[in-house]
Amino acid sequence: MSEISAEQVAHLANLARIALTEEEIAHLTTELGQIMQAVEQVSRVATPDVPPTSHPIPLQNVFRDDVVGDNVLTVEQALSGAPEHDGGRFVVSAILGEEQ
Amino acid sequence: MSHGDELIRLSAADLAGRLAAGDVSSVEATQAHLDRIGAVDGAVHAFLHVAGERALDTAADIDRRRAAGESLGELAGVPIAIKDVLVTEGMPSTSGSRILEGWIPPYDATPVRKVREAGLVPLGKTNMDEFAMGSSTEHSAYGPTHNPWDLERIPGGSGGGSAAAVAAFEAPLALGSDTGGSIRQPAHVTGTVGVKPTYGAVSRYGSIALASSLDQIGPVTRTVLDAALLQDVIAGHDPHDSTSIADPWPSMADAVRRADVAGLRIGVVKELDSEGFQAGVRQRFHEALDLLERHGAEIVEVSTPNFEHAIAAYYLILPAEASSNLAKFDSVRFGLRVTPEGGGTVEQVMSATREAGFGPEVKRRIILGTYALSAGYYDAYYGSAQKVRTLVQRDFESAFANVDVLATPTAPTTAFKLGEKLDDPLAMYLNDVATIPANLAGVPGISLPVGLAPEDGLPVGIQFLAPARQDARLYNVGGALEQLLLAEWGGPLLDRAPALTTHELLATEEGAV
Repeated sequence: MSEISAEQVAHLANLARIALTEEEIAHLTTELGQIMQAVEQVSRVATPDVPPTSHPIPLQNVFRDDVVGDNVLTVEQALSGAPEHDGGRFVVSAILGEEQ
Repeated sequence: MSHGDELIRLSAADLAGRLAAGDVSSVEATQAHLDRIGAVDGAVHAFLHVAGERALDTAADIDRRRAAGESLGELAGVPIAIKDVLVTEGMPSTSGSRILEGWIPPYDATPVRKVREAGLVPLGKTNMDEFAMGSSTEHSAYGPTHNPWDLERIPGGSGGGSAAAVAAFEAPLALGSDTGGSIRQPAHVTGTVGVKPTYGAVSRYGSIALASSLDQIGPVTRTVLDAALLQDVIAGHDPHDSTSIADPWPSMADAVRRADVAGLRIGVVKELDSEGFQAGVRQRFHEALDLLERHGAEIVEVSTPNFEHAIAAYYLILPAEASSNLAKFDSVRFGLRVTPEGGGTVEQVMSATREAGFGPEVKRRIILGTYALSAGYYDAYYGSAQKVRTLVQRDFESAFANVDVLATPTAPTTAFKLGEKLDDPLAMYLNDVATIPANLAGVPGISLPVGLAPEDGLPVGIQFLAPARQDARLYNVGGALEQLLLAEWGGPLLDRAPALTTHELLATEEGAV
């Protein structure tokens, strides 16, 4: 499998919405390379005849009636931890930048 | 020994007995534990938040209800510490992260609600590695917890705060969460008891998710009976968690009270009884097995060849799920918001917030998870890891076809020094070699103390694993072994821990916050 480059880490950081510094990117590039090398062994034993397991206990999807549940927050509660709100809505900065 | 000193050393079961008999009030018991926290937590730093006033109010309410003749739960009036991964109405809940600093959730996690309804008295929130990512609590944004056996050593992680709180007699009970060993490994290094129940036994509603297919909430205590009593309180179906198991559970406390290992078949996992484990850890492990054998258990060797790939699979599955779960920390609905100089779009605010709010281990795992899930790598990494998960489950299935429970040392070494592995993530990850397979397969596990390693005088734990839904088997074998060891030792292992008061000043000078 491929080596991880600094450009890739920068791209991943952008996808994950973390504004990493150049120093962090350099450090993570080395570390991720080492970690991926250590975990790559999974592909050696994961032969095509082995089915994947996504969940430890076999489960079926759970449905319930489409009615209001017993754990609904009030608007006030839902907004209580927000960095900024206008009393009824979360407030965020501009969705689009000038160039968009 | 003062009255307060005596109260804090009681097991939860014994304290509950004294409360029910009217020998002591919940207010007295709660105050004794708050006094202990005041005296030693500067050095131990097990707590991120202590809710003293509210705890005393809750205790007074229980005392009133008991006096009025109300029928109360068995643990009513007993104090409990809560890992900061569980959201608590009215108490800050940070999951050890700067990004949630000061956040006060508007609701209780289901295990917290059940604990309150059973009349237990929440003392506060315990320290942990940020978002439960770590094996030492050194990744907490609020500074590490110190092991009460040696303040320069790690208390384990991620739930080092809960384990240290019960080991230091700051609380008789605590709640923990276990994604790859975060309840069992801290129990091992602090000489305490920790149980990861079957996946789905305890609701995850209100537990700040790390890896949803691996996380499980469980008890952290000083005795096996206390763990059983607490599991009986927190387990059970919850419609708010779609992975919660609907079947009813037998009483775990009954399993401890009837504990008997005669005829029990115990499988020793060959792959986890190797040279890679510290000599004193293996010695105490085998002495415990010999003791069980002398009392009627049958010890057989079993092989689980795919366990060697478990860590690799875990460090793909966990970051993948974590990178998705942690996307919710976006500076919009709760927690930190950092706006770049001169403003910015919502995406730039998000990126600046997550850069400032997450610590290095969290960033490392989010980036790793994003990579493992990205197009072109998904099948090779995440898909392969899920296949290894199948292989690990098959190893468990074939082992449990021949034995009732499995036994391993809980972790390869005793508590290491704070700072020793902080710059070597791979070495840190190896701590979880014996505990991770249970999370991948969803099976339950217990760790209980089996002595001190002769070479360093630090606690060693044994881990038992049982098939999914057979948690009672762990309480049976754990309860039986604990009684045999107590008879041999003449008292609990924690009686041999150093008195903490002499260390207080030292740790305060070190700057333990």
